[in-house]
Amino acid sequence: MSAVNQRPLLEVKGLKQYFTINTGLFRSTQLKAVDGVSFHIDKGETLGMVGESGCGKTTVGRSLMHLYTPTAGEVLFDGQSVKPGASMQNFRRRAQMVFQDPYSSLNPRMTVGDIVAEPIDIHHLAKNKAERRDKVHELLSLVGLSSEQATRYAHEFSGGQRQRIGIARALASNPEFIVCDEPVSALDVSIQAQVINMLEELQQKLKLTYMFIAHDLSVVKHISNRIAVMYLGHIVELADAGELYRRPLHPYTQSLLSAVPQPDPKRARAQRRIILSGDVPSPLKIPSGCPFRTRCPKATKECAQALPPLEDHGNGHQVRCIHVDG
Amino acid sequence: MANLLEVIDLRTSFFTPSGEVKAVDGVSFTLNEGTVLGIVGESGSGKSVTAYSILQILTHPGRIVSGSVKFRGQELVGISENEMRKIRGNKISIIFQDPMTSLNPTFTIGNQLVETILLHTKRNKEQAQARAIEMLSLVGINEPERRLRQYAYELSGGMRQRVMIAMALACEPDILIADEPTTALDVTIQAQILELMTELQRKLGMAIILITHDLGVVAGMCDEVIVMYAGHLVERGKADDIFYEPAHEYTKGLMRSLPRIEDDGSEKLVPISGTPVDMLAVPPGCPFSPRCGSTMQICLTQRPEECAINDPHRHISACWLNVRNASEIIDVPGQMPIIKLGGKA
Repeated sequence: MSAVNQRPLLEVKGLKQYFTINTGLFRSTQLKAVDGVSFHIDKGETLGMVGESGCGKTTVGRSLMHLYTPTAGEVLFDGQSVKPGASMQNFRRRAQMVFQDPYSSLNPRMTVGDIVAEPIDIHHLAKNKAERRDKVHELLSLVGLSSEQATRYAHEFSGGQRQRIGIARALASNPEFIVCDEPVSALDVSIQAQVINMLEELQQKLKLTYMFIAHDLSVVKHISNRIAVMYLGHIVELADAGELYRRPLHPYTQSLLSAVPQPDPKRARAQRRIILSGDVPSPLKIPSGCPFRTRCPKATKECAQALPPLEDHGNGHQVRCIHVDG
Repeated sequence: MANLLEVIDLRTSFFTPSGEVKAVDGVSFTLNEGTVLGIVGESGSGKSVTAYSILQILTHPGRIVSGSVKFRGQELVGISENEMRKIRGNKISIIFQDPMTSLNPTFTIGNQLVETILLHTKRNKEQAQARAIEMLSLVGINEPERRLRQYAYELSGGMRQRVMIAMALACEPDILIADEPTTALDVTIQAQILELMTELQRKLGMAIILITHDLGVVAGMCDEVIVMYAGHLVERGKADDIFYEPAHEYTKGLMRSLPRIEDDGSEKLVPISGTPVDMLAVPPGCPFSPRCGSTMQICLTQRPEECAINDPHRHISACWLNVRNASEIIDVPGQMPIIKLGGKA
């Protein structure tokens, strides 16, 4: 996919994001939402990020965008460290975000035109009103809406159309990189495919790089070049999309893939699900050693001792498990 | 197999200030003893309202306009609330999507479970308590005695859904309606709950109506499937018919638009164009006609009739295209016509 010897567009090194939670009047504890995550995204590729609720996938997205101040770690964008300060404005123009909920992520008091134009205003990308208007119309047509719709309000649109508005807003500052945080989970199946196709077309046309966060494995598989699987704040496996589905090595990935409901009765009947016992532990009480060991069918005594390192098993297939066979 | 539940031409509307919303507009189906029937459709297609109409738990301004719901031959539409109470939770019970809001946060799990049992069976308090513990262990909850004293907030999402299932099954209902039972849950927990439901269905032999938008869940669990669109039943058939030989353009579109995990990701998805139907202004003909790729003149003006495809009673679809493409149409007096599609007999 990506050319060799090319600098990745985005590099994340040892990113940690802790939140302080008050547990009593004078007591507090640390919630380790993301606990040392490293990965890179090449120009023009899509990195999928999957995991169950509470695994930290959304936090990774928000924290690398510096919507939160990371507790530790470094984010390099186009070779430059992203830090608070003067360069932040430039980073924010080049990296944008699409949110999950198309209802709460659009201001109900603003017209669609003003919503889409906000990044243009903030980054002074239009010289005058006419240029601003033309840009808005261009963006709306790019996402399949008509320019007459610019004067309407968000509540007049359906879920799928609102998500298009959110995407148009993200595109307004001519970004190179977009974090898509569950962009289609709130949409109906028939609309989902429209938005996925549109994201793919826009990527081609505008040479965009995506980080695609979702819990639906079929959707992530479809859109991603590489996929990272997260569990309780750690990446447990990272591989090429096809490779991950053909040869999952981490027991968590294996059970996750085996449990995906397949829209095909014959396959569904033949499906051998690996059913995990129990629930995901609370992120406030992460088990020692490997965080997955409390639910893992392969767990042994050694798993409790130390967090297994993320090891390469060939062709960039990284796994965080000491019991990988083959 | 006997008809456990028979729904005939059910119409339920919500009378809102901006007009009548025909949430369920002439839906008919039967549910046989011990089978799993899936109802799929997008949000607003009327799948949940169909279930709520069966149980008559519609909220204002919704009400059943006409039609009939027969449980073991007994008409449920129009009976008194007292009579209905004997059925609800006892013969037909329901579990909802969100297990947090469907449990009362101010009572213990035990309190709510025992109440259901006392209300519907002749057990005394101790027997009800014992039954509650038995039910909790049946749904795979460890330390059931301790759980009985806990409140909903102390349990995880998967655990709460297990409690809901225990509560719904405590009186050994003949029908369990599951309204998006796993939508709020993660993939691995969803697998646990679906496995549990399948196992309990086999063990207890009840019939299940599974309402969901997830075609994957349907494929894994259901014997029969109903596809709804804009309050209409557009297709009904055995799971294999619906997935492998869909007869309605909407069902075909749904199948094409799904990303499949075994694909290598290079194929483009084929979405259904357009936007979901505005329920205040449903087109007069086929509700799917504005989004359908093969709309004909008749689709715009006349509502398609339900027709049986090839066999009577097995696979039903309401689409004018089938009528056009038929090699033979057999009229059966008093029943829906049978359409023979070319090539397949």
